[in-house]
Amino acid sequence: MSDILRWNSNDLVEEVQRRSGTAPGACFQCHKCSAGCPVGPEMDFLPSQVMRLVHLGAEAEVLGSQAIWLCASCEACTTRCPMGIDIAAVMDALRIMAIDRQVALPDAHGREFNRSFLGSVRRHGRVYEMGMMAAYKLRTGDLLADVGKVPQMLVKGKLSLLPKRSGGVKEVREVFRRAEEEVGRISNPSHKQEEAGP
Amino acid sequence: MKYAFFPGCSLESTAWDFDRSTRAVCAALGIELEDIPDWVCCGSTPAHASSGPLAIALPVLNLQKAQAAGLPVMTACASCYARLRTANHKVRNEAADRERTERITGKPYDGGVEVRHVLDVLVNRFGLDGIRAAVGQVANLPGTVRGLGRRAGWQPAPRLKGLRVACYYGCLLARPPEVVAFDNPEHPTSMDDLVAAIGAVPVAWPLKTECCGASLSMTHSNVVSRLGFKLLSMARRAGAECVAVACPLCQVNLDLRQSDAAKAHGELPPTPVLYVTQLLGLALGLSSKELGLRALTVSAKGLLGGRAGKPRRAATCEMKSAKCKMQNAK
Repeated sequence: MSDILRWNSNDLVEEVQRRSGTAPGACFQCHKCSAGCPVGPEMDFLPSQVMRLVHLGAEAEVLGSQAIWLCASCEACTTRCPMGIDIAAVMDALRIMAIDRQVALPDAHGREFNRSFLGSVRRHGRVYEMGMMAAYKLRTGDLLADVGKVPQMLVKGKLSLLPKRSGGVKEVREVFRRAEEEVGRISNPSHKQEEAGP
Repeated sequence: MKYAFFPGCSLESTAWDFDRSTRAVCAALGIELEDIPDWVCCGSTPAHASSGPLAIALPVLNLQKAQAAGLPVMTACASCYARLRTANHKVRNEAADRERTERITGKPYDGGVEVRHVLDVLVNRFGLDGIRAAVGQVANLPGTVRGLGRRAGWQPAPRLKGLRVACYYGCLLARPPEVVAFDNPEHPTSMDDLVAAIGAVPVAWPLKTECCGASLSMTHSNVVSRLGFKLLSMARRAGAECVAVACPLCQVNLDLRQSDAAKAHGELPPTPVLYVTQLLGLALGLSSKELGLRALTVSAKGLLGGRAGKPRRAATCEMKSAKCKMQNAK
């Protein structure tokens, strides 16, 4: 009951529209996105159901869903949506909102992977795969997953032991710092509305 | 024809063979590449899933450098390609994104640098006629292979003629169409045309643009196994002997994780997954060393190294030996 009371609000659909630059409100539930989603079988909510939850204002349900972290950003839904909704961008917006609001995630793998990856980029200007994988494993505790692949990858020259730092690493750090400052501006409700729309 | 080359992080590590074969093929065809100086990571999926401003600013740092060099950009990684194109698309079409990006990078940028994928460059810029001519020249040489004599032994002509190839485009080479825009988003054909131009046979199959799971490889490898199995078994059912790709993530997910897919989902004949630049390089007479073929987890030796006239059994023999090895290991 309380859920239903909490749901009756346009705040969520408006916020998602502002953050993603696309209009989830245009979805009429044709389910074309779900039919073509490669990750559908593993998702708790299919993409079209995620869109419906956004319409309903079911914030806790959608931000705490597994689906938004299973989305592989393959853009099949975005390409096929008859209403021109950039569904992959909606998934990005929902992930960012889930992090901002410190929602309890069903599993933290996606978040920790993104952190480890971006941490590596910030440190070296490029991804240092060994360091990134080590950081990810420490964060998730999956120490043994795929360890068997490492010797093979080393032999094939697919992993290097040392990072290859970009000469542009200083610029990259500066870009990270300024982008973090900008996030405050994005979250600001006075952000331009006309960016929205398909 | 000269491009500023954006290799991207994968091409320095897991996809070093894509890097090597792309450079070798371009050199052989006279396409000049100049690396973007001090290029930085495009941010890939973790950036756009974490911060909109960052996901535009990181690619733009590279595009500004290419603009300073006055060159169009060529990239080989499909993910980098999509990120660079998306950044251009946003900077051109959203004034707010452009202003913010210029604030963050501290430099002006108008989204004007042309960004092309190596497949696009080969098929639509260099052109299939030019490729046919270059391949024909090599085929008419006695001995056929330029790598001949590079090592002590004789290197037989790679068996490309009639080789059945499933061309796998993955997600980001063709999607979303308004951003990447060089082929049909549901039924792309450029790689098939290229494969046909070198004398191999592109098979008709329905999963050309189905996703391989991309970076879920790290976070949810069970999904990648399922998708890999689906893709590889469909390619086999369509009669393909190998898969051609143009994306480092597709390659790793179908090649390095192929044994996982078979373990989790059932029998799967070992199927080599080559970069399309490696196939083209073989047709141009480049050696396996110049194309980095040793990086493949599922070896292509049995498939391509067979002497001319040897029956198509080569692939099956290798499958059997690989199976024996697996059983022995157990």
